Amino acid sequence: MSIRYRYTGDGANGFERFGTAHRPEFLQDLFLSMLRIRRIEEEIERRYHQDQMKTPIHLVIGQEATSVGACAALRTTDLLYSSHRTHGNYLAKGGDLKAMLAEMHCRVTGCVGSRGGSMHLIDKKVGMAGTSAIVGGAVPIAVGAALAAQLKGEDRVTMVFLGDATTEEGVTSESLNFASLKKAPVVFFCENNFYSVQSPLSTRQPPRDLHRWAATYQMPSVAVDGVNVLAVHDAAAAAVERARAGDGPTFIEAPVYRLRAHGGAGDDTHTGYRHIAEREHWEAFDPIALYQHFLRNKQWLDDRTIGEMETRIATEIAEAFEFALNSPNPTQDDLTRHVYAE
Amino acid sequence: MPWDEGLVNSLVYDAPDPAEGRVISYVKAINEALTISLGSDPSVFVMGQGVDDPSAMFGTTRGLQAQFGSDRVFDTPLSEEGMMGVCTGAAMNGMRPVFMHNRPDFVLLAFNQLVTHAAKFHFMDNGQTNVPMVVWAAIGRGWGSGAQHSQAIQGLLLGVPGLKIVMPSTPYDAKGLLLSAILDNNPVCVFEHRWLMKKDGIVPEGFYRVPLGKGIYRKRGNDVTIAGASHAIELGMRAAVDLEAEGISAEVIDLRTIKPMDEHILLESLEKTGRIVAVDTAWMKGGVCAEIGCLAAEKGFPFLRAPVARVGLPDIPTPAGYTLEQFFYPDAARIASAARSLVR
Repeated sequence: MSIRYRYTGDGANGFERFGTAHRPEFLQDLFLSMLRIRRIEEEIERRYHQDQMKTPIHLVIGQEATSVGACAALRTTDLLYSSHRTHGNYLAKGGDLKAMLAEMHCRVTGCVGSRGGSMHLIDKKVGMAGTSAIVGGAVPIAVGAALAAQLKGEDRVTMVFLGDATTEEGVTSESLNFASLKKAPVVFFCENNFYSVQSPLSTRQPPRDLHRWAATYQMPSVAVDGVNVLAVHDAAAAAVERARAGDGPTFIEAPVYRLRAHGGAGDDTHTGYRHIAEREHWEAFDPIALYQHFLRNKQWLDDRTIGEMETRIATEIAEAFEFALNSPNPTQDDLTRHVYAE
Repeated sequence: MPWDEGLVNSLVYDAPDPAEGRVISYVKAINEALTISLGSDPSVFVMGQGVDDPSAMFGTTRGLQAQFGSDRVFDTPLSEEGMMGVCTGAAMNGMRPVFMHNRPDFVLLAFNQLVTHAAKFHFMDNGQTNVPMVVWAAIGRGWGSGAQHSQAIQGLLLGVPGLKIVMPSTPYDAKGLLLSAILDNNPVCVFEHRWLMKKDGIVPEGFYRVPLGKGIYRKRGNDVTIAGASHAIELGMRAAVDLEAEGISAEVIDLRTIKPMDEHILLESLEKTGRIVAVDTAWMKGGVCAEIGCLAAEKGFPFLRAPVARVGLPDIPTPAGYTLEQFFYPDAARIASAARSLVR
């Protein structure tokens, strides 16, 4: 069979039941945020072969709705932890674009001073609190962050993004168990994109629904259309509210498709691990195109507004790359800093 | 009762002189450090498998849950990696966790979080985040502990940037070093030794700190330096007494902290004696013994009047049986013999 994993959502029809509950400005902001991430990713991808960004990249093209929908449910003071695929999370949480691109250009003005690269995009000012390049690494750390908020009596919620393969790591089971035991204010957001690098889910797990597996840890666990930004937001908002109320963790599974290779620029479907028909099938459910269709039909978005957004985004991206490329490199003295905290 | 209680009870230590100060047990000293830390800083919490059970982590956590509540002193699931990550995340967000393990062998399950996360975040995020946490474990030896319940893993961690490793040898240090470790803004491993836990010592009341990264002279001497930490110092001191009777004057350095290692005190002593026996509770290869030996060769070469000697564990897994153990573990006689061979 050429298509191993199919889209099972409602496509453009899936927005109706969520859309009317929000103000048009909010709905437009979500669109702008997704479009911005897409254009930033495309520009990174376009320039990557120039080798000025000497860092691994893990593009989120096709996965914009999950980051944007989930982060729209978080306050700036709430925390987000993430994996190696950080670009979308960082930008949706409000991370500074100039600092992100400077980091990818290995400059001292990078968000972590050229010590982390693209897999460690961190901006604590906006709650982009930490990432791990080891699958599952950030999951218990997020639970620890949630435990800290609980012990200190703060109403801060922690969310952690994980992938389908993360559910195979033992530490994820450990983390779900402990979070449930302590009613930790944490939201586990699982982007199920069906592939770990080039290994399909079917070679890694028996047939099962990831959210049903998570539910065995005695927490609410839901599946949501991962290309529908409003559905994602709705599920995330409910989970965040529950966590903030002290009722404990929630697991959200969002099936979504990575339209590019696991790492680097471009797609790698031609290598044969997945069928071109599968990618084309999912391209028809592009999260930005679907949402744009919905907003246009509702007349909440028109060509003029989209044009203005594109112009604004293009200017911002050009300025950010210029900032990155003109930023100084670290010096030798920078190497020995921050090995130990004072 | 822990299964090795009989063994530990049979160990004989010199009794300290009460005229010199307040005498308490090693276990009580650790308990006091935890009590003071929990009492003075609401961000401190203590967790680990069995910290609230009747054995109370060899007695070190006895009474803490009753005093400070089950939010701050709690038992954990058997999830070493997950719980190490929980500590890391809590430490990154304003808490000071103390994660206690019966044996270092179980810390190996959590190396991903300890080595690749806790020790790295402060550097990786350009100093935005501190990770102030303590990982405590007691090295077991004897009573059939064998290959999987007696490992001294400090050598595996010596090469991990960002970690500190503390190995006390006296009740005074156990308390003062633990207080320092809890107040330190980095991940600190505290490796205790089960055999030291029935030792009594002079321990001041209240708060005091033993600085991390500084060694101390336990005995002054001129002919040979014996250097190491933890229970190896107990053996080293006995060896030094025996050597004294033969007219060999040994200097004994207790490193207290093996990472960062106090290079100054080692080189200062080596300059005087020209000879060094590196001692450790763990394997000689790639560990504390190797690091001391390398320092002597690299920075102390002009002082050396004899080769470096190492007395630690051979490159063999720990056997469980009593007889094999006697061949495996070094004792004071072996340290004395090594020192003797350098001097003569």
